[in-house]
Amino acid sequence: MSHPNRAMLIQVSRIVRKQRTMLLFMLLPMAVLCRAEGAPAGDTGQTLIPTSANARQFLYQDGGQLYRAICQGCHMADGKGAQGAGAYPALAANPRLAAGLYAVNIVQNGKNGMPPVGRFLDDAQTAAVVNYVRSHFGNDYRDVLTAADVKQVAVRPRPGF
Amino acid sequence: MKNSTGISRRDLLAMIGKTAGAGAMYQAMTTLGFAAESGYQGTLKLDGAPKGKTILILGAGMAGLVAAYELRNAGYSVQVLEYNARAGGRSWTLRGGDTYTELGGATQHCEFDPGLYINPGPWRIPYHHHGVLDYCKRLGVALEPFVQVNYNAMLHSRSAYGGRPQRFRHVQADFHGHVAELLGKAVQSNRLDQSLTVEDAEKLLVALRQWGALDNNYRYTKSYASSNRRGFDVDPGGGTMPQIELSTPLDAHGLIDSGLWQHLAVGTEYDFQTSIFQPLGGMDMIARAFQRELGGLIRFNSKVNAIHQDERGVAVSYVDSKSGGSLQTAHADWCVCTLPLSILSQLPINVGPAMDAAIHDVPYDAAVKIGLQFKRRFWELDEQIYGGITYTDLPIERIGYPSTDFGKPGKGVLLGAYVFGANAYEFTSMAPQERVRQAVAFGTQIHPQYAKEFETGIAVGWHRVPWANGCYGMWSEDRRRAHYQNLCEIDGRIVLAGEHASYIPAWQEGAVLSALDAIQRLHAKIKTAPEPAKS
Repeated sequence: MSHPNRAMLIQVSRIVRKQRTMLLFMLLPMAVLCRAEGAPAGDTGQTLIPTSANARQFLYQDGGQLYRAICQGCHMADGKGAQGAGAYPALAANPRLAAGLYAVNIVQNGKNGMPPVGRFLDDAQTAAVVNYVRSHFGNDYRDVLTAADVKQVAVRPRPGF
Repeated sequence: MKNSTGISRRDLLAMIGKTAGAGAMYQAMTTLGFAAESGYQGTLKLDGAPKGKTILILGAGMAGLVAAYELRNAGYSVQVLEYNARAGGRSWTLRGGDTYTELGGATQHCEFDPGLYINPGPWRIPYHHHGVLDYCKRLGVALEPFVQVNYNAMLHSRSAYGGRPQRFRHVQADFHGHVAELLGKAVQSNRLDQSLTVEDAEKLLVALRQWGALDNNYRYTKSYASSNRRGFDVDPGGGTMPQIELSTPLDAHGLIDSGLWQHLAVGTEYDFQTSIFQPLGGMDMIARAFQRELGGLIRFNSKVNAIHQDERGVAVSYVDSKSGGSLQTAHADWCVCTLPLSILSQLPINVGPAMDAAIHDVPYDAAVKIGLQFKRRFWELDEQIYGGITYTDLPIERIGYPSTDFGKPGKGVLLGAYVFGANAYEFTSMAPQERVRQAVAFGTQIHPQYAKEFETGIAVGWHRVPWANGCYGMWSEDRRRAHYQNLCEIDGRIVLAGEHASYIPAWQEGAVLSALDAIQRLHAKIKTAPEPAKS
């Protein structure tokens, strides 16, 4: 007989998987609904509708969608960053992005006040959003990172949830 | 194996596992699990401040205000530089007439009616946050109860009960009742692993009956006992009114499957236990009281540019963030820097490598709050929800009902979203009016009245707040081990303070205790520091 804790964990992970699948199904009609309501005419299309994250995991796979769901909160829709009491650096035409794994490391582990947003992404999603940033906003790096590349970057222990 | 209630051991294990997991998740999500009893030692006594010493305080949030107030009282010559045109920092209240411009340039004009507000930052003060409570007392800030747990508020899941929200009292009474019945059966059939004496078993059965509102056969059924917890279909009345009608408990399987139990324990956590408070009229009443005490010591609209120290003192360059203009420099003998690390990490500051590494290695969490004004307080009028919080698995995560002005005619403002985790990033990434629109659209699934009653809203995503760049310092165990001590040390003439330099991240008490601890150590150092050579 397996250890009860292990049995419990397996059970819980099954439930979590089940819930994730259910969530996907539930979100589909909502996506249709919200799209039907639609963004106002003239909207730049920078806002993703609807909110489709659950608390722990982004559901988008597309790099552009992930950028608009996560990165543009700070780095802005045009990738140019922002300036207040402090600043968010521009990703647009940023020579540091020449090293793909540098960008992966920042997504996975954060930098300065930037939180490690990779904790809400799987490796393929992380690669997708890094590839997107490295090929948009005036960046033109042609090498495409894969989930396997992302795995090379050591992930530091992450804050709680 | 199924027993007579139809719940297998495996279901029970899973349920317990999920409960533990959810509890752990919530704790980690709010990242407030470090909380310990406040180290507050009562009114600070700083004796023997050397004459004529100057201290510059950066930031007029809770930490900066406490530091300024106490150091001024101790006899130091104090000046505070503050980026905003008001004191309080993240301890902030938005009211009608306020204007807020976020990073990216979007400006929101708060159109709430007079007397209505939201607190985009901290909104509650636990009874054991002795420091904050004592300052409220000393500065005459009136408090009122914050309703954390409301048995008549809702728990909601898109995938449970056809998406219909359930009353907290139903979920709690029925969850406890079913669990008590299961445990009772295990006790009665000696199926608990640990050995219980006969006497223990008897007492435990009595306890389970009481705790779970079980009947005489240790069953959780439709009964007076269970209705007395979950409420009646027809409440007891007077005179010739209809007789009471008992209510029917939710089925155990459906309830376990719903996941709604994951919200039951929140109010039992130390940080959220009753009694818990809020200042009358908005959280910024505390900052306003400090501001009143400090008079002209705070220089507002001052954007810090660089912080430099040498053997003789500290020089901080800043610009007037409103009028622009040329760089100015403030000089002092010592400096208490309370800027969030998300800001400080981007400014030049010459501290040692250990503190420097600490400043650059604390990520700031995302969080979003959205306030919504409605034409009438329908949550009270239609649904008898007076304060408290509804929890949902919709992206808005929570709806907070106002804990003040109960029953007041006219309009009301509720907190239409309070979001952490991945959802917070998405809300932050939206334009403010889109955040509000989404909050209304999602909230309508819980309160259909939204559609007709909504008037105006305001949304704050903390990563877009120009002077915060995030919600709070999100320490992890390894980062704390590597940096926390170094962050708190006095580096030459500079000491840091704020919630980020505490074990109570995100809470005002963390900022207060951090400031008190920092200035006591600074005061001790100043008293023994040799007089710098005059240049």
